[in-house]
Amino acid sequence: MLRSLATLLVFQCLGESVSYVFALPVPGPVIGMLLLFAFVMMRPPAADALEPTALELLRHLSLLFVPAGVGIMVSAQAVRGEALAVITSLVVSTVLGIAVTALVTRALLRRQRRRLVAAEGDA
Amino acid sequence: MNPLPKLDTIWVYLAASPLLGLTLTLVAYLIAINVYTRFRFNPLANPVLIAVAIVVAALKLTGTPYRTYFEGAQFVHFLLGPATVALALPLYRQWSKLKRAALPLVGGLVAGSLAAIMSAVGIAALFGASRQTLASLAPKSVTTPIAMAVAEKIGGIPSLTAVLVITTGVFGAVTARWILRVLRIEELEVRGFAIGVASHGIGTARAFQVSEEMGAFAGLGMGLNGVFTAFVVPVLLPVLLRWV
Repeated sequence: MLRSLATLLVFQCLGESVSYVFALPVPGPVIGMLLLFAFVMMRPPAADALEPTALELLRHLSLLFVPAGVGIMVSAQAVRGEALAVITSLVVSTVLGIAVTALVTRALLRRQRRRLVAAEGDA
Repeated sequence: MNPLPKLDTIWVYLAASPLLGLTLTLVAYLIAINVYTRFRFNPLANPVLIAVAIVVAALKLTGTPYRTYFEGAQFVHFLLGPATVALALPLYRQWSKLKRAALPLVGGLVAGSLAAIMSAVGIAALFGASRQTLASLAPKSVTTPIAMAVAEKIGGIPSLTAVLVITTGVFGAVTARWILRVLRIEELEVRGFAIGVASHGIGTARAFQVSEEMGAFAGLGMGLNGVFTAFVVPVLLPVLLRWV
């Protein structure tokens, strides 16, 4: 477990360095994720070793958002005058975001499947 | 004899060290998970929401400032970094499935992400929100570190963006089930991906509670939208602001 945690941190450091050196808008941990992904693709046994720790961490992903969530306490005043605008915007855009992503992804997946079936029929 | 003043001094003493913030976070989360389990994982009993409510109530009752609390809670907050890196593993496990669906996923991402950004900015502008608020809203669908960095770049308030991000995440995680049910979306991979794109890590956490496959697709949606938003919002927002 300790070795796995160290591996995750090493990849986070690598990601942070890449993000810093190339002045990327993408934060270090996301780049770290991509680097780790490339690494386990090249060395599949590493995935088996890392998996238990990684999944344990992800099982409690909700916990990790609690400290930032409590920050609402201090930052809520910033939008007091614009509460209605902000709340309406959040609600509508989140519903739209979920709906549009789901509908478009499903439509494209179905089209892809139909094409595959048609291609197999031709062959 | 009144024991309360004594309790008060104990709290003040404990609050001076990081111990209290950390303990409070973990205990509040365990209570929240207990409630969530009792309500048979009903999305309304979202663990982030309940745990935050418990902690805020405790801090308000004792008059403890957020900064004091965060001294301890930062150890939990820090783990968001390694947890993001850890998303590489479910991604790796589902890779063959993800690869086959690559084009539809990218299409869904671009459409859904743009719909969320444009409607968020457009609606708030209609209500007469300030430019600073609009800039803080634009990147709110993606994971906190990306959203804050983008907000800073485009003239928003990063700390406000952080709150908007968390609120979006909780709202998405709570309502996704009903939205997807109304639209009759049954495919687990589509459900997970949509939740991840629209409500980042909190949505992804919810997806992992349903199944690992759904979690992997949510994690992918969150990661892709993070990268997409980081590059698109700084270009798109000035255009949107010219319209409104």
